[in-house]
Amino acid sequence: MVFAIGILLGIGLIFNVLGTISLYRFPDVYTRLHGTTKCTTFGSLFTSAAVVVYGLSRYFDGYDGRFVTLSLHVVVAILALLISNATGAHALARASHRSGIMPLYAVVDHLAEDEKNKGGRIS
Amino acid sequence: MTTEALFSYAAVVLGLAALVMLGRLIAGPTLADRAVALDAMNTLVVALMILLSVIFDSIVMVDVAIVYAGLSFVGTMFIARYLEGSM
Amino acid sequence: MVIFVASALTYLLLVWAGGAIEWLEVVIAIVFGGLMAVMARRWNPDITLRHSWLNPIRLARFVVYLFGPFLFALIQANLDVAMRVITGKINPGIVRIPTGLNGDGALTLLANSITLTPGTLTVDANDKSRELYIHWINVTNEKPGAEDICGTFPKWARRIAE
Repeated sequence: MVFAIGILLGIGLIFNVLGTISLYRFPDVYTRLHGTTKCTTFGSLFTSAAVVVYGLSRYFDGYDGRFVTLSLHVVVAILALLISNATGAHALARASHRSGIMPLYAVVDHLAEDEKNKGGRIS
Repeated sequence: MTTEALFSYAAVVLGLAALVMLGRLIAGPTLADRAVALDAMNTLVVALMILLSVIFDSIVMVDVAIVYAGLSFVGTMFIARYLEGSM
Repeated sequence: MVIFVASALTYLLLVWAGGAIEWLEVVIAIVFGGLMAVMARRWNPDITLRHSWLNPIRLARFVVYLFGPFLFALIQANLDVAMRVITGKINPGIVRIPTGLNGDGALTLLANSITLTPGTLTVDANDKSRELYIHWINVTNEKPGAEDICGTFPKWARRIAE
């Protein structure tokens, strides 16, 4: 059981550290959002899954109800994290495009073209 | 090695990663970069709280993590509204 | 009604500590659920959640979607982004795709799924023509269809939330 928890924690930590590196390695806001949103969400998912596995294994050791409660609450936290991270990333991307930050090295930008054609914001 | 020791090493690494993100939070060229770094730090802090709840053996910390996730979402939304200029 | 049921159930799930639930907690759950429903109706009178979200078949489909194609795409996305972080090779751009979805819930689900899947990030949505603007980290095709970017996700979104 220690082995499984160690592997889950290891995968989660690798992705979290990659998310941190991506914050320094990518050139502009949008690509940084890619790195941080995906990698930190996925990494936190795995470290929390390690906690769920730990709670369930402790429960089957001694049938203590507290550990089931721990696992359930961690699952609720994971769901809250998934929904709020995706929506927050979308909000930040839209806000930075509207505040005039254009994507660096972009080969195509349909949103800016459509806004120019319409003469204002889409939606 | 006990399982709790494993969790505490993982918590140390997560805390260090969140500290490294502070660099982008301070040095970000635009306000949007800082908001991105803050959002990522919040995610890491939620994961850290979930790990600490195992180390300190208290379920209340997971509830605090849930509330923190909700509050950080509201904070990100308000920063985004401010960046759009509609506030 | 949907908000009332969802908040009351969430409260009960959070106070449940392995044994029986006291009747006082049930009363508190009903009071808080009612409060949330009234507040949501009062502040956002235009937005109504339909009862189809409580349909068990749709919820079962949602769970299948979450653990099937969505989890697969999430793993693929992370390996992809990890490679890009290490090599630093990017070719970004913002593209427009038509979705053809009618419901707001379906569009929200699709936008959130796209944000967490390979190389794509939703930037803006057009409510009237039902199009999404997507930041794509590796542009291979300047006029992509919905299948190029999100695969089978629009079909799943239509079956879950429309």
